Amino acid sequence: MAEGAPASKKPAIIRVKLEWCKGCEICVTFCPKNVLEMEGGKVKVARVEDCTKCMLCELRCPDFAITVE
Amino acid sequence: MFDYLPYIREWNFPHIWCSGCGDGIVLKALIRATDGLGIHRDEAVMVSGIGCSSRTPGYVDVNTLHTTHGRALAFATGVKHASPNLNVIVVTGDGDATAIGGNHYIHAARRNIDITVLLYNNYIYGMTGGQVSPTTRKGDRASTAPFGSIEPPFNISGLAKAAGASFVARGDVYNVKKLEKLIKLAIQKKGFSLLEILSPCPTAWGRRNKMGHPVQLMEWLRDSTVSMEKWEKMTDEEREGKIRTGVLHDVARPEFTDEYAKLVKRLKAEK
Amino acid sequence: MPVKISDKIRMMTGNEACAEGAIAAGCLFFGGYPITPSSEIAEYLSRRFPIIGGKFIQMEDEIGAMGSVIGAALTGMKAMTATSGPGFSLKQENIGYASMAEVPCVIIDVQRGGPSTGMPTLPAQMDVQQARWGTHGDRGVIALTASSAQETFEQTIHAFNLAERYMTPVVLLIDEITGHTTEKVTLPDYDSIERVDRKRPTEPPETYLPYKYTDDCIPTLAPFGTGYRYNVTGLCHNETGFPTNDPKEIERLILRLTEKIVKNRHEIINCKRTMLDDAEIAIFAYGSVARSARQAVLQLREEGIKAGLLEPTVLWPFPSEIVLKIAEQVDSFLVAEMNLGQMAREVELASKCKASIHRLNRVDGSPISPPQIVGKIKEVV
Ligand SMILES: Cc1ncc(C[n+]2csc(CCOP(=O)(O)OP(=O)(O)O)c2C)c(N)n1
Ligand code: SF4
Ligand code: SF4
Ligand code: SF4
Repeated sequence: MAEGAPASKKPAIIRVKLEWCKGCEICVTFCPKNVLEMEGGKVKVARVEDCTKCMLCELRCPDFAITVE
Repeated sequence: MFDYLPYIREWNFPHIWCSGCGDGIVLKALIRATDGLGIHRDEAVMVSGIGCSSRTPGYVDVNTLHTTHGRALAFATGVKHASPNLNVIVVTGDGDATAIGGNHYIHAARRNIDITVLLYNNYIYGMTGGQVSPTTRKGDRASTAPFGSIEPPFNISGLAKAAGASFVARGDVYNVKKLEKLIKLAIQKKGFSLLEILSPCPTAWGRRNKMGHPVQLMEWLRDSTVSMEKWEKMTDEEREGKIRTGVLHDVARPEFTDEYAKLVKRLKAEK
Repeated sequence: MPVKISDKIRMMTGNEACAEGAIAAGCLFFGGYPITPSSEIAEYLSRRFPIIGGKFIQMEDEIGAMGSVIGAALTGMKAMTATSGPGFSLKQENIGYASMAEVPCVIIDVQRGGPSTGMPTLPAQMDVQQARWGTHGDRGVIALTASSAQETFEQTIHAFNLAERYMTPVVLLIDEITGHTTEKVTLPDYDSIERVDRKRPTEPPETYLPYKYTDDCIPTLAPFGTGYRYNVTGLCHNETGFPTNDPKEIERLILRLTEKIVKNRHEIINCKRTMLDDAEIAIFAYGSVARSARQAVLQLREEGIKAGLLEPTVLWPFPSEIVLKIAEQVDSFLVAEMNLGQMAREVELASKCKASIHRLNRVDGSPISPPQIVGKIKEVV
């Protein structure tokens, strides 16, 4: 499983399942690198290049809506 | 990325919980924990009562049993006693487990029957719209305590320990990795394991208590939870308003189904 | 404890016969809570189960006891609980759950007088309507009764068979007299007992639907742990076992819960008949009262009064068609029961004014005696 795995050099792929995202902003607020933003009540990936793949957004999303690869 | 799909009943998604409800975060931690432990899905039985938290089993692809309000532990006791080889996990709310189900709660702990209980504490009756619960903090507002609760809350972890549970821990949905670790420990422990999970409810509790946004509740958890190690070093003054998380109690005690098996053996030998 | 008379014959109380009947039926789980006059059933099984591979547990209350029984039954075991009035009241919510989720199990109610704590050590038949309507919601109900230790033994086995056949909780109502009277019981060869086991799925898990609609209206619930992972809930659900809000699905489920019993009522209903063929007055009696009624019929016949006895051994579903037929033949019915007419209402309804209905009720904790029945009949003919 990916959690705790050392961040690899490959750029992150962040996927959002918009049908499941309920716009709680948890991922946005607690992203240490400010990668995510809210747009129209849903999450938007704004600065994917800053992502360190810490996985916190994926781990804390209550709705299985955001994944980081 | 962790692949949850093999473990969930995808057709029931998106789940019924409100935006920002912690229950979804617990569900994910639970799935990762059971995956990490390599628990066979056919041998896992997830039992719940009634409430928002008790809707969890509907989303997990194991044997699932959604029972009556407060009675999950009674049903689970029947499952475990009948088939001790099954891995029985109970998912319950603070009202479900410690108000209407309080009697089963203390007696399951007393028997120390090998059941893992994930008790989602959201300080309120979520499903029915925010009525006061046994864990509502004194002064907190609820739909049936519009002027603030005048009753002292239960210490539900302490209650389980006093009743005889062999494992008692507390986790929260902000500290997710720790939560996953605690779920693993609770499942691995033979005997009655109680894991109290702080999974606050933005809709019915937060809104009435100046924390209506899910983010505020997560911040509150971040700022008020402290690890056991830290707690030990704190003065009483510093502990004010803080909540300990981690393993609170872990002892070896005879387990119910083992004791029954021993009785059977003894009777055979006497024959 | 039962006294062994011969290989097959024991002297035992109705409660002991009930416990022995459970064992004979293949029951291996008992979850209970002590209450007079039923406790001997629990005591008997607490001695026997650890020896014969069964599981006994005394729960913290009757609600928990009923819950544990349902949990055990879902793992494939035949499971039972036993209680009396106050405990029967407490079990009702979970009995409704067993009806809704279609979990086979057996509930023994050794009736005492109520309401409330009432008469712990005295007999009554005050729970017969509670057995029908005690839990909330509409559903089909099977409730049996027995009038002797021998019959209690047999009816307990029958209760398990009906539960497994129709996937439903089955109630056996006896009363304090039957429960506590010691009498001769002839035990059959246990290998020769006909035992019904619930259907098992024949399809693979991928296509399995626990609550699939079938012609017989009866679902196939795989025991937990056998590779069929499904959901059990007390919420209205569809064929998959998951909750639904679809009005069509809801209606289909609720109708089916009643239909599966009503459609099969001719297989379930059973009545014993004593001298009814030419009767002009029919006694309707069940449980221990039926024993007095049998005596009364003999005496009345000796005196030239054409009395007969209809003795249902299944109270629910109610034998309406049989009662109507008899009503068309006799002048009147006498319904004798240890309550204030709980079954007389049903006889009245079923007989459609074809016969006059008289009542003999007793609620003082004393049994209804044969002379009482004889006297009442003489009064009304
Ligand atoms: C016997 C019974 N009483 C009351 C209810 C109504 N009810 C449903 S959920 C609930 C409270 C749930 O609160 P909690 O257990 O804390 O779970 P939460 O919804 O907060 O997760 C109540 C009172 C019920 N379903 N059954
Ligand atoms: S993985 Fe970490 S850094 Fe990347 S978006 Fe998620 S929270 Fe932000
Ligand atoms: S945490 Fe999940 S549900 Fe909440 S905003 Fe982010 S992606 Fe959407
Ligand atoms: S009411 Fe509260 S506990 Fe229930 S789903 Fe909504 S946020 Fe969660």
